[in-house]
Amino acid sequence: MENTIFMQNSILSLLIFLPVLGAILMLPASKYLKIPNIVKYIALFTTGIQLLLSAWLYINFDPTLSIMESPFTVQVNWIKHFNIEYFVGVDGLSIPMVLLTALLSFICILASWNIDKKPLGYFSLFLLLDAGMMGVFLSLDFFLFYIFWEVMLLPMYFLIGIWGGPQRHYAAIKFFLYTLFGSLFMLLAMIGLWYFTAPFNNNEGTFNLIKLIQLSPMIDSQLWGFDIQWLLWIALFIGFAIKVPVFPFHTWLPLAHVEAPTAISVILAGVLLKMGTYGLLRISYPLLPGEVVAFSYTLAILGVINILWGAMCAIAQIDLKKMVAYSSVSHMGYVLLGMSAVVSPSLAGAEAGLNGAVMQMFNHGTITAMLFLLVGVLYDQAHHRWIVYPDNYKDQELAGKLAFGGIATQMPVFSAFVALAFFAGLGLPALSGFISEALCFIGGFSAFRLVTAIGTLGILLGAVYLLRAYQRVFLGPLNKSYDKLIDINSRELATVVPIAFLVLLFGVFPKPLVDMVSSSISSLVSIIQGAM
Amino acid sequence: MNNIQSLQYFLPELLITITALFVIVFDLISQKKSNHLLVSVALFCVAWLLYQLPSNGGEIFNGMLINDKFSFYFKWIIFISTGSVILVSKYSNELDKEYKAEFDALILFVLLGMFLMTNSIDLLMIYLSIELVSIPSYVLAGMLKNDKKSNEASLKYVIFGSFASGLMLFGLSWLYGISGSTNIYEIYKTIQIIDNPYMIYMSLMLILIGFGYKISMAPLHYWTPDVYEGSPTIVTAFFSAAPKAAGFAILIRTFFILFTSTNSLTIDALPLEGIDWFLIVAVLSAATMTIGNLLALKQDNVKRMLAYSTISHVGFMLMAFSTASIDAIVGITFYLTLYMFMNLSAFFMVIHVENNFKVKEVNQWGGIGYKTPVLAAFMVLSLVSLAGLPPTSGFVGKVYLFRTLFATEKFYWLGIVGILNSVISLYYYFKIVKSMYFDESIIEEEENKPMMLYFFILIFSAQNIIFYFYWQPLYNYITKLFS
Repeated sequence: MENTIFMQNSILSLLIFLPVLGAILMLPASKYLKIPNIVKYIALFTTGIQLLLSAWLYINFDPTLSIMESPFTVQVNWIKHFNIEYFVGVDGLSIPMVLLTALLSFICILASWNIDKKPLGYFSLFLLLDAGMMGVFLSLDFFLFYIFWEVMLLPMYFLIGIWGGPQRHYAAIKFFLYTLFGSLFMLLAMIGLWYFTAPFNNNEGTFNLIKLIQLSPMIDSQLWGFDIQWLLWIALFIGFAIKVPVFPFHTWLPLAHVEAPTAISVILAGVLLKMGTYGLLRISYPLLPGEVVAFSYTLAILGVINILWGAMCAIAQIDLKKMVAYSSVSHMGYVLLGMSAVVSPSLAGAEAGLNGAVMQMFNHGTITAMLFLLVGVLYDQAHHRWIVYPDNYKDQELAGKLAFGGIATQMPVFSAFVALAFFAGLGLPALSGFISEALCFIGGFSAFRLVTAIGTLGILLGAVYLLRAYQRVFLGPLNKSYDKLIDINSRELATVVPIAFLVLLFGVFPKPLVDMVSSSISSLVSIIQGAM
Repeated sequence: MNNIQSLQYFLPELLITITALFVIVFDLISQKKSNHLLVSVALFCVAWLLYQLPSNGGEIFNGMLINDKFSFYFKWIIFISTGSVILVSKYSNELDKEYKAEFDALILFVLLGMFLMTNSIDLLMIYLSIELVSIPSYVLAGMLKNDKKSNEASLKYVIFGSFASGLMLFGLSWLYGISGSTNIYEIYKTIQIIDNPYMIYMSLMLILIGFGYKISMAPLHYWTPDVYEGSPTIVTAFFSAAPKAAGFAILIRTFFILFTSTNSLTIDALPLEGIDWFLIVAVLSAATMTIGNLLALKQDNVKRMLAYSTISHVGFMLMAFSTASIDAIVGITFYLTLYMFMNLSAFFMVIHVENNFKVKEVNQWGGIGYKTPVLAAFMVLSLVSLAGLPPTSGFVGKVYLFRTLFATEKFYWLGIVGILNSVISLYYYFKIVKSMYFDESIIEEEENKPMMLYFFILIFSAQNIIFYFYWQPLYNYITKLFS
């Protein structure tokens, strides 16, 4: 019994700080223990424990309890002078993201097994990144949230900049500057919230996100002729929109995704993008419900632009990885559309939209991770990822010709997994993407008919780029230059199979996922509907 | 308090003076030419005297100086940064060993001047202490006799400095003309009842020019890049830290006591009636940080880049100063403390790299991240801190500067300017990081690692992490200085 209580109190902190411990342990281990690949084993072990811990958390998680009632919540004073707390907790919004982070981190360590350039640096930075991601999803104090949000930037910068592709330097700094630009606006909003809510809390400002839910709607003053709430919303939205990324802030994404090494692309697309939408749901939505109502139509339009723009850009790509990157832009559009449905006149529609959005965050995380992993497998052997050689290709005879062709006959198992991932990506029924996308559209349709109707075109466009790419690369007669390719090996299978299992499972049996999120979603919906 | 009684509050300064003079004499008579031990022992004694110094002296030397907690704290941070520079200077390959004694003596005189700057409350002392800092600084900038750039730096510094201090002297004489007194508390009694604000405006602007030149505020920053680039790196490191702190100390004290309605350092201030200098400072602060950052973007020389970055940091501190609240001066003091040490750590790293690898340009720093992994990692920490990102103390300091705008509900636009500037600054700081880690190494020299340099880089960089996780004791301590 005592053990359980100890576990309950410390599990969230363990989830966050275990990777840091692993990263620190690596330094002496790599120097004094002469075991080959010791760094990789430590990283694998750490993320493995983290995955087990998150599984334990999931088993013991009771979705009906609110954050303050949950036994996992930890609240300790950190800096009294500013009322900054070390306040971590888990609820229906964050638990899918925690599971996703733990799972993808573990898989990504496996997927990075063939990194031989400075492994110590790579794996220790990766673990720091892991800690930052966990911290973002578990923090309930705005200051703590912001710190973890920024802490991720530095490892990410190095991971892209040192281990990335040919344009890695430019991609790394572009990613860094874009995100920093947004997050500094978030910083202003954070300090602003502290000061503008202080008068309603005995002149004591707070960063506590749970307390701020009550306090922040009371702000009613104006600045430069705008409501302060509106300005706060805009500042927060810029911060989160760049991370999502919402059109027109998306231009950092294709570059960063393409240049990053495979495992980092998986983390970028699988986890980091979700932080944008998670931040909106965790901070902007409950704190500024009035502005959500006012902004939701714009949000729906932005979501649909994301869907269509991302899909059309993906059609135009001749690089497989870039196509997958743009498909992420498109799929995050579904999340935005689902989120905007919170103002729907029918309660069922609003809940469907938000449930769909949160589920899509999880499902897109798994599907896109699978896509990037599989592209990485092909790239490792073929050393390029062209669907069609570009016109300025160095070998002029090949320019404009199909690069692959008939890979399915050479690598049948691999191609089957790619087919599964592609079909999941285009939302085929019985695969997980279908349910969440459908819910987003149901919600969207109940709130904004015309916009959503246009948005459904995205599914069609998704089928166009995914099926066309599949046909060009995997079907048809085998390209003779690739008859030496070997089918997917067991390590690579180990990275893909768990994800494929989840994609299939949540496609036919989404109940566990729905159960996890739905009660948090209903309370969020009631906050926002209360402001209408 | 009369002169004899005052001496007990003046012991550190006396010891500095004696040491500086003795260093020169010792250099003449000694054959060994190494006074390092002597200076180190003297510095240790100064630290001990500073520690013993009662911080409640009040006005000393017949109202020329004031001894309070504010000056006590500033003396400490100025002393630590200057002391570290003196100790590290032994390992600088640039300085001619022949003139090491002159270098030590000059820097000690500057230290004396800076100590006086922190506690001057008389117009004469204000002017004299600033000159006592400036004139040896001109010589320090020209320490490399045979280097054209160093000569140019010295000359530019002299011309700019004389011009600015001339204008300031003119402004001070206006104040004297208005009030007939040189003590700033006496002057305050006169000018708060005067009905012609333009006279005070005039002298305020002229004095701001004098102080602004010292802290390199735009548009008086032109000397900074040239002087910083031309001077020996150890001198540049020195210029970028301690004199800035002294400049801010004298700026805060003079402006809070003379030109606000409160006449005190312990309460939130309002501008003197009819003289809204807050807006002027706000505009200048926006200009300072923007100019500093935009020009830093284009620089390839590491020293020059850090020089411009110093300008932009001054802009950030002026941002808080423009709100003139008690939070603001606490925030500035707090930020200055952190800034001085992260900046010194970065400059010491530049010295280390110049010593060992003979490179001056950013793009020649390639591969240093793998050549000296430990120092490079700490350099990254200092640069991240300079850019103001978590997890470093620079972030905490910047939060305190930004929050003054919200606390006083003034100049929100300045906050947005500050934010955009932070993004810009990241780009050039990370040019160094990029070079260190992403570029191929062109360097073949082996490095040697002087312990003292290592020690200071590590200590000054480690504060970035320590004061990030637990800054409250330091902040509380600084808050108590102003109560």
